[in-house]
Amino acid sequence: MDIEQANATAVSRMMDARPVLKSVATARDVIPGMKSNLFFHAGPPVTWDRMAGPMKGAMIGAMILEGLAKTEAEATAMAERGEAQFAPNHEHGAVGPMAGVISPSMKVYVVENLTHGNKAYCNFNEGYGKVLRMGAFSDEVIKRLRWINDTFASIVGEAVAASGEGLDIRALLAEALHMGDEGHNRNKAGSLLFLKWLAPLVAKVAKDADTESEALKFIGDNALSVLNPVMAACKAMTDAAHGVEGSTLVSTMARNGTDFGIRVSGLGDRWFTAPAEIPQGLWFPGFTAADANPDIGDSAITETAGIGGFAMATAPAIVTFVGSTPKDAMNATLEMYEITAAEHKHFTMPVLDFRGTPTGIDIRKVVEKGILPRINTGVAHRLPGIGQVGAGLVRPPMAIFEEAVIAYAEKYNL
Amino acid sequence: MNSVRSEIRPGAYFDSAVLMQLQRALLGLPGVADAGVVMGTPANLELLDQSGLLTDENKKAGANDLLIVIKAESDSAAGDALKQVDSLLSRRRASVADEFRPKSLETAAQQLPDASWVLVSVPGRFAAQVARDALNLNRHVFLYSDNVSLEDEIALKKTAQAKGLLVMGPDCGTAIINGVGLGFANRVRRGPIGVVGAAGTGLQAVTAHIHTLGGGVSHAIGAGGRDLKLEVDAITMRQGLDALARDPETRVIVLVSKPPAASVAAKLLAAAQAVGKPVVVDFIGYPPPARKLGNLHFATGLSEAAEMATQLLVRGKWEMPSQLPLANCYLRGLFSGGTLAYETMLGLQAVLSPLFSNAPITKDQTLPDPLKSQAHTIVDLGDDVFMVGRLHPMIDNDLRLRRLRQEAADPDVGMILLDVVLGEGAHPDPASELAPAIKEIREQRLEIEVVVVVVGTEDDPQNLESQVARLAEAGAVVFRTATEAIEYVAGRMSEPPGSVGAPVSLESLHQPLAAINVGLESFYTSLVGQGAQAVQVDWRPPAAGNEKLAAILAKMKKSNQ
Repeated sequence: MDIEQANATAVSRMMDARPVLKSVATARDVIPGMKSNLFFHAGPPVTWDRMAGPMKGAMIGAMILEGLAKTEAEATAMAERGEAQFAPNHEHGAVGPMAGVISPSMKVYVVENLTHGNKAYCNFNEGYGKVLRMGAFSDEVIKRLRWINDTFASIVGEAVAASGEGLDIRALLAEALHMGDEGHNRNKAGSLLFLKWLAPLVAKVAKDADTESEALKFIGDNALSVLNPVMAACKAMTDAAHGVEGSTLVSTMARNGTDFGIRVSGLGDRWFTAPAEIPQGLWFPGFTAADANPDIGDSAITETAGIGGFAMATAPAIVTFVGSTPKDAMNATLEMYEITAAEHKHFTMPVLDFRGTPTGIDIRKVVEKGILPRINTGVAHRLPGIGQVGAGLVRPPMAIFEEAVIAYAEKYNL
Repeated sequence: MNSVRSEIRPGAYFDSAVLMQLQRALLGLPGVADAGVVMGTPANLELLDQSGLLTDENKKAGANDLLIVIKAESDSAAGDALKQVDSLLSRRRASVADEFRPKSLETAAQQLPDASWVLVSVPGRFAAQVARDALNLNRHVFLYSDNVSLEDEIALKKTAQAKGLLVMGPDCGTAIINGVGLGFANRVRRGPIGVVGAAGTGLQAVTAHIHTLGGGVSHAIGAGGRDLKLEVDAITMRQGLDALARDPETRVIVLVSKPPAASVAAKLLAAAQAVGKPVVVDFIGYPPPARKLGNLHFATGLSEAAEMATQLLVRGKWEMPSQLPLANCYLRGLFSGGTLAYETMLGLQAVLSPLFSNAPITKDQTLPDPLKSQAHTIVDLGDDVFMVGRLHPMIDNDLRLRRLRQEAADPDVGMILLDVVLGEGAHPDPASELAPAIKEIREQRLEIEVVVVVVGTEDDPQNLESQVARLAEAGAVVFRTATEAIEYVAGRMSEPPGSVGAPVSLESLHQPLAAINVGLESFYTSLVGQGAQAVQVDWRPPAAGNEKLAAILAKMKKSNQ
């Protein structure tokens, strides 16, 4: 078994993947395996009884959105009776930030990897404050979701369709990384590029000036607008690297608010999980670490694909999130080179003399050196219905990488 | 009763992360119970409201206004905190933040690609792997760590040898490369004396004394305390010797070691004879075969070694004999005199191995059958074994003539050494019998050299001059002292160099020293202090010392090879 060769193949597939935003569609129409009482969520598999507060809150909101329940109590009862089923996004080619819930009628971005042909899906970003992804499900949350689903997503979908060839997300990310984004917690530049690309298209397809203005304002006001198509793009890239026989590269990192899970390219679809940790962060006014839910969300797919926390050096504006300096940001990226297989061909960082971002996390290097991947993240309140309480840095538990190394030895008879 | 004070700064934009940090700093001030520092967006105002920080006054803030709210135990505490905002905002962490320290050799090598050297001083059980990694990255290794197994040492040195790399150590405390001390080293003037030592204080003592005497050192290469053991076969010392031999800046070489295994010493000294430069040898506690053997000068102590090296420089360049050495053949010495045989043994055991005799110095030199030579052999034909019913070989040449023909018939023999002792009581004309025999041998096999030591005076009855002349005419190389003969034989029988593996690149010795240090931080500090480029690896035991995982990881590395 030539591990280096296998990893070279896997990481090349990851970097050669060319994710393009091709369309907007309804989840049940496009996502394989989606059905009417099925709800996708972030992270590894989790049952209702083990779900974290924000995850439960998001599920309740989604059940209300789907019209399966009218109240929190009804939704909870349904879940407890097993009438609603749950499955990880990652097992269906999908991803979602924070709780990451995707329900059958939700509109999703469809990103296609032009190089290898695989597709990936992600829901729409709702903006800040009380949002479903943070576990909020009040009337205003549901109302906004309906507007996104019925009006906004349709306009974006028509705009994407009007573009003809779609939006090359890899190219957008490469540019945003040169503009101070790391692609996970900071998507200011990327979202503006997204807006710039969409604006003329939206102008063509919107039925009137008010609709156009409302849609463009919604994108422009939300510095995370592009996060969701970016995550779908990262999913398309990492899926292309999954399933390479003998590879020790991580193809999935995801959290469901209860557990942190990884999957490894050469170890099939098996999840390696352990309890998720509380991020170290800066807290919004009135909140402390005691309010924080353990790590949650599929957005660590960005780090898996070589951006986010791995590209900190190029995003000095957000270093203070973890109470540090631009020098620390540089060191954070340098540290990630220790555990990765390659420097990204397309994602480069001016401050490091255009060195490629550290790409392709190698479980061998993580365990040998005792260095865990660094993930930039938002933090949700541990109770359903409240929302985001801060942002910061988190690392996965070491145990899951150790388990993966042992599983590798067993599978490959080492 | 808590007091809430706030301040609105219209149009003041700060990154939200900066604001969160300011907020955290404000929370740390005396008397402050809660604080909010936000841009006045509706969402943020709502958050403040939930925390009880929104007042009629501050809810007027707009999205482009910076809003600072302090809840404190007293109005004055809140006011004091507000006054701190500007200084807190402008506060910067010290700009001398730590440089990134690579966590692995691999990354360090990327960071300092010019580093030809890796210093390893991690705990012994991890050291071999680090050294192996360094060799895989084509770097020389200075292995300070001890408790590295002999098997690992041999494997590492063989790998290094094949790649033209040095593994100095394990347990190597000292080296000086291109003027920069590695590990423990004295500040020594640069100069033309190269030193190879089993390392440690011996190397330090010699190099320091050379400096004291006004001399200087080109390079001092450590080999490690076990390098001259039989099993290790002086791989590093021979590589070091070879490198210094080729190094144009090195004019005199010093070899320092504790007593080596006899066969290893022989190999090493044979190689040293071929370097074309004077070599001072100080194998502490090892009987010096002579004061001088060709280019080899034997010292009896560390300071004497330094003195001899310094003096040899003054005396100028040593001339290599123009004749090529005899390669791949054995010496047979057929002696009539026991003491002469013994002295010859003592001199030649330093360079010939394996060497056997019926009058051995050490037990392992014992010739199993005195009637039959093997490998290099020195026979004392005056030994009791041969004396049964026979006259002493100084009187009767019969036994020696037969043995002479016997040796000459052995295809592996390239040189035969005889003594001829003249004087009262001895054979009246030994040349009359020996010279024809020598001539016959030379006629049959010209490649066989015959060397004769003639002991006698011009007043002896046998006519010294005529004896010497007739032996020489028959084709023998004749000397008047054993010392000269030994020196000649040692020179002629020296091994040609070339058995050191791939040559160590001189460029790696001559370029400005750049090194990666894995282990003791003081070695790094010392390198940098000497003006060398260096990178310190922030090393940790693989898999945090978990042996099961480390074993799997090692297997995974192997499965790649």
